[in-house]
Amino acid sequence: MTATAHNLDQPKLQAAFYDLNEHDHPEGGSTMLGFWIYLMSDCLIFAMLFAAYGVLGGSLAAGPGPKDLFDLPLVALNTAMLLFSSITYGFAMLAMEKGNKGGTQAWLLVTALFGAAFLFIELYEFSHLIHEGATPMRSGFLTAFFSLVGTHGLHVTFGMIWLFTLVVQVAKKGLIPANKRRLMCLSLFWHFLDVIWIGVFTFVYLMGML
Amino acid sequence: MAIEAEAHTHWSPLLGRLWLDAIPQEPIVLATFVVVMLGGAALVAGLTYFKLWGYLWKEWFTSVDHKKIGIMYMILGLIMFLRGFADAVMMRAQQAMAFNGNEGYLNAHHYDQVFTAHGVIMIFFVAMPFVTGLMNYIVPLQIGARDVSFPFLNNFSFWMTTAGAVLVMMSLFVGEFAQTGWLAYPPLSNLAYSPWVGVDYYIWALQIAGVGTLLSGVNLVCTIVKMRAPGMTMMRMPVFTWTSLCTNILIVAAFPVLTAVMTMLTVDRYLGFNFFSNDFGGSPMMYVNLIWIWGHPEVYILILPLFGVFSEVTSTFSGKRLFGYSSMVYATLVITILSYLVWLHHFFTMGSGASVNSFFGITTMVISIPTGAKLFNWLFTMYRGRIRYELPMMWTVAFMLTFTVGGMTGVLLAVPPADFVLHNSLFLIAHFHNVIIGGVLFGLFAAINFWWPKAFGFKLNVFWGKVSFWLWVPGFWFAFMPLYILGLMGVTRRMRVFDDPSIQIWFVIAAFGAVMIAGGIGAMLVQFAVSIWKREELKDETGDPWGGRTLEWSTSSPPPEYNFAFTPIVHDLDAWDDMKRCGVERPTSGFRPIHMPKGTGTGLILAGLSTALGFAMIWYIWWLAAVSFAGIIGYAIFHTFNYKRDYHIPVETVEATEAERTRQLAAAGA
Repeated sequence: MTATAHNLDQPKLQAAFYDLNEHDHPEGGSTMLGFWIYLMSDCLIFAMLFAAYGVLGGSLAAGPGPKDLFDLPLVALNTAMLLFSSITYGFAMLAMEKGNKGGTQAWLLVTALFGAAFLFIELYEFSHLIHEGATPMRSGFLTAFFSLVGTHGLHVTFGMIWLFTLVVQVAKKGLIPANKRRLMCLSLFWHFLDVIWIGVFTFVYLMGML
Repeated sequence: MAIEAEAHTHWSPLLGRLWLDAIPQEPIVLATFVVVMLGGAALVAGLTYFKLWGYLWKEWFTSVDHKKIGIMYMILGLIMFLRGFADAVMMRAQQAMAFNGNEGYLNAHHYDQVFTAHGVIMIFFVAMPFVTGLMNYIVPLQIGARDVSFPFLNNFSFWMTTAGAVLVMMSLFVGEFAQTGWLAYPPLSNLAYSPWVGVDYYIWALQIAGVGTLLSGVNLVCTIVKMRAPGMTMMRMPVFTWTSLCTNILIVAAFPVLTAVMTMLTVDRYLGFNFFSNDFGGSPMMYVNLIWIWGHPEVYILILPLFGVFSEVTSTFSGKRLFGYSSMVYATLVITILSYLVWLHHFFTMGSGASVNSFFGITTMVISIPTGAKLFNWLFTMYRGRIRYELPMMWTVAFMLTFTVGGMTGVLLAVPPADFVLHNSLFLIAHFHNVIIGGVLFGLFAAINFWWPKAFGFKLNVFWGKVSFWLWVPGFWFAFMPLYILGLMGVTRRMRVFDDPSIQIWFVIAAFGAVMIAGGIGAMLVQFAVSIWKREELKDETGDPWGGRTLEWSTSSPPPEYNFAFTPIVHDLDAWDDMKRCGVERPTSGFRPIHMPKGTGTGLILAGLSTALGFAMIWYIWWLAAVSFAGIIGYAIFHTFNYKRDYHIPVETVEATEAERTRQLAAAGA
């Protein structure tokens, strides 16, 4: 800038070097980026759990293995519940884009219903395994299995708490920009959990049955 | 003295494992406890007497101003530094005397806690708060922003880090700390071999502080990516901002690994899982791999920002643009990537075979290339510059000499056959202190001397700064060169007593070095005190005492709450230098109200609840754990119902502040 600067008088220089007509920055401009970065860090936690499963998956300690334990049709049903919940969350977002408050809330609740079904089936599977003596303490494989699947389930549980919070907040404040941003973040979170589950279903359940 | 094998079997529903046997019986700890309690009571009484609680709560604890949070991080780091250094002195004294049948003054139970606590505190609660505090303070100013992307999250992160530090400090007087070494390898850290609360303190302190670190990483990445002043393209960012960006990317991409591996250790210890057990198919070596996948990037998280500091200092005090700006940026990026490809060099002795060891040996050596490029850039910046040997520049030169030696011994350790000889020896201890003290700490001292006038409006006293420098630098060499020699002779780390009297002299020399360093730390505290005392004489009203080059020097010292009345527009690297050369005068009219975030106590409350949760989990107080966990979730949800998080600084306030600045500048003759 030095070369041209000498030709400018002070007001012009100031206008070149200072934003004299600045307006307020819209709130939440970094939120989506920040939430995405957080999700990627969460993804790393799952990467560690997948890695641990990769290392310990064959350590049966003379206990039961995947083929003795997994009930594939049940897990397929479970997967369907989660995938449906992702679709219905998408419908909630479409309703939000149209400014349809009631529709958004209704689809969120349908999503919660599918999420609850997913959690219920997962808990049923866990209790069944534990009754058979296949507890997480039994072997390295079962430790890694319960930790990976359980961590995903905990995420879904927190997603549900968040979802109900947002239903209330949308009821109270309507579809204001702050709430839309929050719904968008939960949307990312919810679909992210879907992607993780597809990894779990493929690497743990399907490949375990090979 | 026998190794303590006390069984702690008491458990009650109300207090869990917490019982009278949790209060340490050792006279050293008891005396420390009494002194700390008296000091704490005096502090609380003083704050109450001078009615400072309201001020602290309103202006500091609940503040979301990145500058205040930065300063609080630095204070936390300084306090914990004194604690960590006390541990170091205890170890040096013990090792200097424990010869010829003398057992020294620390029993094994205590000594093992001391070396563990020293490592944990110095890395997690000294180096991390210092580095995070520095980035918090400087980065938004350097990029011409008014705060970080998520100001509330910033406050929350600070308090979570503090919560972790509080838990570590508690372990000194309530129960015990881990006796496992700073990374708590299983199987030693498993329940069978560490049955009481030490490792649990370790886990929960790291876990809670880790939440803070991760969130502050997300925050600063967003801030740097999204909030730069107009015109500041990536390749016009100051080097310190660049290195901060890379550090925070590393934080975001490394700390989740620590979170995951700590959780695995937690379920092993609390629920009897088998991630790292010896039997039932667990794998202790998996822990070692996973924790170093976090741990190696961690050392670059610590050093990279200081590389940025040295770059700013060298170019400022040489009066020149930094030599090889783009090569500096690329070197930083290359180090960022390579830092993920070297973790196995921490345990070549695992026995993973020649090809694996060769791969990691070579990647480790390759890192010295970008690092070497940086050193040459600094040297070429100085070459034919008008160098002013002010304190920050002195620390920078000391760094260049010291760090280079540490870097070279690191390359030596990267050779797997050599590492088989030197693994876990004092040579390793000397090496990493050589780079962490010579790099991170010297860099922090450079940074503190450099930016103190920005933060407080007066320079630091030069005489006491030089006393500190001349005690610290030779003190470092006295303290750690003997450890290189001992390590080459085969002395291993973490030893409490020795059999061979011929090596005692080296430990005595090392202890002498520690005494010199103690003098250096003392001189630094005197430097702070004298400077605060004589702040009128040391006053800087220009806001730019060193002839600075980047935007933080364009505003007043200390900067107003909003940093910049008008956001600067950037046309070149070293934006402030560019503005000075173009002769731009600061606008003195046409101000507007400024949009700012509001303070909140939520961060402090959530961190307090997290401390309670950690404490409850450590002591198996299940009801308290449940209540505090529910409290955290409930309060976090409650916080999200508050939608009014910002306000406007009225234009009159901005005008008054800026008029005061105009008067200051006129008085300073600028």
